[in-house]
Amino acid sequence: MTSSLLFNITTLLYLASMLAFFAFIANRAKAFGTAGSVIAFGGLLLQTIAIGLRWKESYILGAGHAPLANLYESVVFFSWTIVLIYGLLDLKYRYRVIGAFVMPFALLGMAWAQLGLNSGIEPLVPALQSNWLIYHVITCFLGYAAFAVACGISIMYLIRERHERSTPANDQSIVAIFPTSRVLDDLNYKSIMIGFPLLTLGIITGAVWANYAWGTYWSWDPKETWSLIVWFIYAAFLHARITRGWAGRRAAWLSIIGFAATIFCYLGVNLLLSGLHSYGG
Amino acid sequence: MTSSTSTSNKTISKSIWDFFCSLKLTMFTFITLAVLSIIGTVIPQGTPPPEYLQTISPAKLAFYQSLGFFNMYHSWWFILLLSLLSINLIACSIKRLPHIWKTITQPVMVMSDSLEKTLSNCTTIITLGDAATLKDRVANVLKAEFADPVITENDGAFHLFAQKSPWSRLAVYAVHLSVLVIFIGAIIGSLFGYKGFVNIIEGQTISNVMSRSDKEIDLGFALRCEQFSVAHYSTGAPKEFKSIITVLENGRPVPNYTNVRVIVNDPLTYKGITFYQSSYGNAGEYFFTASDLSGKDGVTFQVDRNSSVTLPDGSSMHIIEETDDVSKFVPNLTGPAVQVEIHDPRGGSEKVIVYANHPELNIQHAKEHNGGLVLQYKGANKKMYTGLQVAKDPGVWIVWVGCILMMVGIYAAFFMSHRRIWVRVNNGTVTIGGNASKNQGGFQLFMEQLLTKIKKQLPMEDNK
Ligand code: HEM
Repeated sequence: MTSSLLFNITTLLYLASMLAFFAFIANRAKAFGTAGSVIAFGGLLLQTIAIGLRWKESYILGAGHAPLANLYESVVFFSWTIVLIYGLLDLKYRYRVIGAFVMPFALLGMAWAQLGLNSGIEPLVPALQSNWLIYHVITCFLGYAAFAVACGISIMYLIRERHERSTPANDQSIVAIFPTSRVLDDLNYKSIMIGFPLLTLGIITGAVWANYAWGTYWSWDPKETWSLIVWFIYAAFLHARITRGWAGRRAAWLSIIGFAATIFCYLGVNLLLSGLHSYGG
Repeated sequence: MTSSTSTSNKTISKSIWDFFCSLKLTMFTFITLAVLSIIGTVIPQGTPPPEYLQTISPAKLAFYQSLGFFNMYHSWWFILLLSLLSINLIACSIKRLPHIWKTITQPVMVMSDSLEKTLSNCTTIITLGDAATLKDRVANVLKAEFADPVITENDGAFHLFAQKSPWSRLAVYAVHLSVLVIFIGAIIGSLFGYKGFVNIIEGQTISNVMSRSDKEIDLGFALRCEQFSVAHYSTGAPKEFKSIITVLENGRPVPNYTNVRVIVNDPLTYKGITFYQSSYGNAGEYFFTASDLSGKDGVTFQVDRNSSVTLPDGSSMHIIEETDDVSKFVPNLTGPAVQVEIHDPRGGSEKVIVYANHPELNIQHAKEHNGGLVLQYKGANKKMYTGLQVAKDPGVWIVWVGCILMMVGIYAAFFMSHRRIWVRVNNGTVTIGGNASKNQGGFQLFMEQLLTKIKKQLPMEDNK
C-alpha cells in the first residue's frame, strides 16, 4: 500500500528533524535549526498526503471512512496534529529550539504506530458511524497536540528557569540558546490558550454525540471522566497565572501533569480501564 | 462593647467572604476534583459485577460503600465539591464584576499623571502648533487607525480617549456563568427526566418502559416494533442494527411516525422522549409435541426463546440453539432441528437435539434414556426483539445553551482584547499611552506603528 510507505518515510523525516534539532542545541549552528524545521514541515506535508491516500484506499476497499477509526489511525493523526501545532508556533514565533522538545513526541507516535500497531483498514462498527466522530476526534486531538507542545515548552521552562537562578548570564551553557523563561512561560500559556478551547469543544462534541447516539450527554464513563480531569487541570493552569504563588514553576508543572493526564486519557483508559470508547481493542 | 462585637462579626463574615472569593480555593477545588474523580474510573460504578466484588475484602467493600465509592459522582462529598466550586465562582464574580462593569461603562477618559505612570508605553512628542489644531490631527489618525476618540477639554489641554472591544472584559464572566448554566441544566434533567429501556418483540406494542431505578413509566403513547434486522459486513462484523418502529396514539398510527427506521446513531424522538437502538435478541416461539413411546397421549406445547416450560414428566426445558438445516452440523440428516436443555426434577440435566424431519431419531433417543417421553419438533415462529434505550431530559437544551456560551466566552476571553489609548494634547506636546487586556506584545507593536503615523501628521521642526 502506498500510504503505508509514505508513513514510513514520514517517520524517518521526523527522526531526522529531531536529530537536527538536537545538533542545533549541541553546536548552535543556525543551519541545524533551519534544517530541523524544514524537515519537520516536509514530514508534515508527506503525512498529510499519506492520510489522504489512506482515506482514499479505505474507499477502494469498500470500508470507506475517515482514517480516525482505530488506535493505529488515531496515533498517526495525533502525530500529525503535534507537528501541525508546532509548525504554526514555529511560523509565528520562530523559536526553533522548541522543536527539540516537541518532535520527540511526534516521532514516538509515528514509530509506535508503524512498528507496534495493526495498520489494517477496518470497516466502521455501527457505534462509530456518525459524522460526529470526525468533529469529536479532530477537536480532541488538536487540543491534545497543543498540550503536547505546551508540555515540551514547560520542560524547557523548568530547565531554563533553574539555569537562570543558578548561573546568571552564562552564555556558554547549551541552555543559553533557549528562549528566556519569561518567553517560555508566555509560549506555554499561548499553547494552552489554543489547547483549552479545543479540548472544551472536543468534550462538548463528544457530549452532543453521546446524547444523539445514547440519549445521555454525560455518563461518567472512564474516558469522559478522564477528559474532565484533564480539563480541570488546565482550568487550574489558567487560574494559576492569576493566583499569587502559583505562576511560573508550579504552572509549568501543572502543564506537564496535564499532558500526562492527557496521555492517560487517550491511551491509559483504553489499555488499562474499560468503557464505551473501545479504540484500543 | 457592642461596637467591638460588631467589628469582630464583621471581620469573621469578611474573612468567610474572602475565603469564598479566593482564587486559592479555586485552585484547591480544581485539583481536588481532578484527583478524586480518578476513583470512579478505577472502581466500577453503579452495581459492581460479582466478579469484582470477589476480588476485594469485606472490610474494603464496607469502606467503599460507606464513602459512596460505587456511585461517587453523585456522592455527598462530590456534590459538595461542585457546590464549593459554584459558590466560589459566584462570590468571585460578585466581587469583581462591579469594578469591571465600571471600567466598561464609565471609562477614564482623561490621562491624569497617576494614569500616565501606569502606562508602560507612554511617549511624549515635542511638536509645533497649538493644542486645538494638534488635537484634530491626532483624532483623525486615531479614527482611521484605531477607533473614534472621545475628546474632553481640561485646563486648556485636550484629552483624547479611544477604545476597542471593551465588552471582551465580560467574556470571562460569560465562561463562569456558562458553568452554572450547565449545572442548572443537569439538575433539571435529573429532577424532571429519566433514563430507561424497553424490549419490544417484533409485532408487539408497548406503552410502558422500565426506568433505571426499576420503576414502570407510562409513556402516554404506544410503540410497536414492526421489524428488527441485523446486517453484516462480508467479514462477519456487524454493520447495522435496524428496528422499524411505529408510534401509536389511542391505537392508531401517528402520521410521520409510522415505520420509522431506528438505527445506532439515528434515534427516534416523539413528544420529548427519545428511543435509541441499543440491543437486540431472539424472541422466537418454538413448537413441539410430547408423547409416550407408543405415540399416544401426545400434547402440543410451545417454548419461547428466553423462557422454559415444564414437560408432562415434570422436567423443564429451554432452547439453546436452532437451525433450519441440520445437515450443516450432521451430514445425511435434513430439515430443521433445535438443541434443547432438559433439567429433570432430581437435578440432572442433558442437552438433546430434537429433529423435525427425523421422528425415528427422536424415538430412539427416548428409548435410550428410558424416560419414555418422545419430543417432536414442529417448527418455529421466528421473531426478534429490539432493545431500546429510552431517555427524557427536559434540561438538555439548557446544557447546550451553556456549552455555546462557554465556547463563545472562551474564544472572546482568549482572543479578544480590550485596548485603550489615551492622548493628552498641550500646546507643542502630544503625550500618547495605552494598554491592552490581552496580547500585550501585539499591542506594543501596534502602538509603535501608530506613533510613527501620528508623527507624520504633526508639524515637526525638521519637517519644515
Ligand atoms: C469550571 C470552572 C471554571 C472555568 C472553566 C473557568 C475559566 C476561566 C477562564 C477561561 C479564564 C480566563 C483565563 C485567562 O484569561 O487566562 C478565567 C479567569 C478567571 N477565573 Fe475562572 N473558571 C472557572 C472557575 C472559576 C472559579 C471557581 C473562580 C473563583 C474564584 C474563578 C475566577 C476567575 C478569575 C478571578 C479570573 C480572572 C478574571 C480576570 O482576569 O479579570 N474561575 N476563568
